[in-house]
Amino acid sequence: MNGSDVTISRVGKSFGSFAALDDVSLDIRKGEFFSLLGPSGCGKTTLLRILGGFEVPDEGTVAIDGVDVVGLSADKRRTNTVFQSYALFPHLSIFENVAFPLRLRKVPPKVLSSRVKDYLALVQLEAHADKMPAQLSGGQKQRVAIARALINEPSVLLLDEPLSALDAKLRQHMLVELDSIHDKVGITFIYVTHDQGEALSVSDRIAVMNQGKVLQVGPPHEIYEDPATDFVARFIGETNLFRGAVVRSEGLLATVAIPEVGEVLVTTDDPVPAGSSVSFAVRPEKIRIAAQKPAAARKDLNVVKGAVDEPIYSGFQTKFYVRTEKGVTFKVFKQHADYSDKGPEIKWRQEVFLSWSAEDGTLVEVARP
Amino acid sequence: MSDETLLAERRNGAPLRAKTGRSGLESRQRHAKARAASSFSGFAYWATIVFFFMPLVVLLVASFDKEKGGEWSGFSFIWYVKLFTESGELWRAFGNSALIAFASALTATVLGTLAAIGVTWYKFPFRGYVRTLNFLPMILPEIVIGISLLVFFAGVGLKLGLVSIYIAHATFNLPFVFLMVSARLDEFDYSVIEAARDLGASEFQTLMKVIVPMSMPGIASGFLTAVTLSLEDFVITFFVTGPGATTLPLFVYSAIRFGVSPVINALSVVMVAGTVALILPLRNYLKYIAAK
Repeated sequence: MNGSDVTISRVGKSFGSFAALDDVSLDIRKGEFFSLLGPSGCGKTTLLRILGGFEVPDEGTVAIDGVDVVGLSADKRRTNTVFQSYALFPHLSIFENVAFPLRLRKVPPKVLSSRVKDYLALVQLEAHADKMPAQLSGGQKQRVAIARALINEPSVLLLDEPLSALDAKLRQHMLVELDSIHDKVGITFIYVTHDQGEALSVSDRIAVMNQGKVLQVGPPHEIYEDPATDFVARFIGETNLFRGAVVRSEGLLATVAIPEVGEVLVTTDDPVPAGSSVSFAVRPEKIRIAAQKPAAARKDLNVVKGAVDEPIYSGFQTKFYVRTEKGVTFKVFKQHADYSDKGPEIKWRQEVFLSWSAEDGTLVEVARP
Repeated sequence: MSDETLLAERRNGAPLRAKTGRSGLESRQRHAKARAASSFSGFAYWATIVFFFMPLVVLLVASFDKEKGGEWSGFSFIWYVKLFTESGELWRAFGNSALIAFASALTATVLGTLAAIGVTWYKFPFRGYVRTLNFLPMILPEIVIGISLLVFFAGVGLKLGLVSIYIAHATFNLPFVFLMVSARLDEFDYSVIEAARDLGASEFQTLMKVIVPMSMPGIASGFLTAVTLSLEDFVITFFVTGPGATTLPLFVYSAIRFGVSPVINALSVVMVAGTVALILPLRNYLKYIAAK
């Protein structure tokens, strides 16, 4: 099996007056695990359906390995889809569900039987071959759908929120399994999800979408650490995001004045001139929380004073909502790296100091003067 | 399950189970066992049974009566002998009915199934109206359908006879098949069709290998309903029949004008026996249809 390059250029699609996709271009590489991530209604499923041949774009082209496929119906494409609702054939056994594409192609019975067994083994369902879909659990049904979609040896596998109907634990497990299947078959996976955790953990690259547009494309760490827009910063993980303006700039160190916080130091990749209007973001896990004011040993340390509004204990960490003197709330995650049975050191309504170094913050949506 | 039964169960040393952990079926079965037989519902049950089956019992007894008339005059097989040896006209009518029932049910099933698939899964203008209009023949009085068909056949110049009855029956059976297949199709998610296409099936292969097998229980019950409705129809048939095309209900009607011949009783008993013999082996399949 070999994967294919998928090239989407300037694709647009409207349903009535609703623009589902607006000038979308993406280059997906051979063998990549590529995720389309966004809230519901962002156009990610419409894009996947265009790739699968279930919708025709109003404008633009879709090419697989350089060949335009817009005019081809679903049965003529080397793509296969894993549907959100599994879409198993209720009247056929698990074996026959997986064998369906081979029966259509009149594959000789011996070859067919061994191929189906191979693919059932790939998804660890050999023991369930004779059952009917109604007898399987959600996770098992999803695995049948994956085996059935792979048996035709497609060059691109399209996955439409395949794990959304499963419970949280099973979802984690299936995600790992999906990743190992991707490693084994080596074809291109295009994965649609609204769950940023899923996308971050398995993807080679992610396209974040909103309102029919692609906002940012990149590997997970880039999307997380360097969001391109406020929306991406807020949608991926949790963050503290403020609008402000650069007041001083010394090389790669900028000072941002934020009305609700004060002056904040932040390092940047490129020099940002004074007068630029920016959004400043710092992730909650990068902020340290302490009862005492940290010694001012480092010049580039930002310190903000506040009081704990709400501590939320969840075992491995505590999430603090800290209200500053100027009335804004910071989210701070404190990891519990060491064993402690003494109860919380920092309590509700206690006065605390938040600190983070200039390198831990990032500037988003920089508008130069 | 009530708290009392739970307590009683605990006292009797039954294993403790969470109240909510019991399946609906299991708890229904327990209720059935617990209910006293001499309740109002028990009375209603027996009254219903008697009400339903009394006429059949009367018919059965009358068919073995030696002489015509209300009073018992001795046991005899005479009417059965007459039914099978001297009733050629009756059997011809029965043959006509069977032929028309089978042919019209088959036609209605094919057309109704295709219509249901089209209306459920394809988009076209006035789809909602087509769906509603399809139910009209079910609601309209039979006499209206009978008259309109008669006018129609006269208009197109079709000679009244078996063919006109066949067309009429296929027409009024169609909505029933349509309804039953539609109900079945509504339960399925459209992505099953997309999945079939995605896996390489053409539109026709999707129809034959996925849609039809999947809706088979609906199609089968639609066909059986159509056969039954066609066999028993009188009013519409009466309007569109022609010389020589007598169906069983028409024959029976014309026969009872000269007093009910006990041959008809015997025929009824034979038909009931035939139906029971047909249904018993199919019982599990019918249950499967109902469960689906």
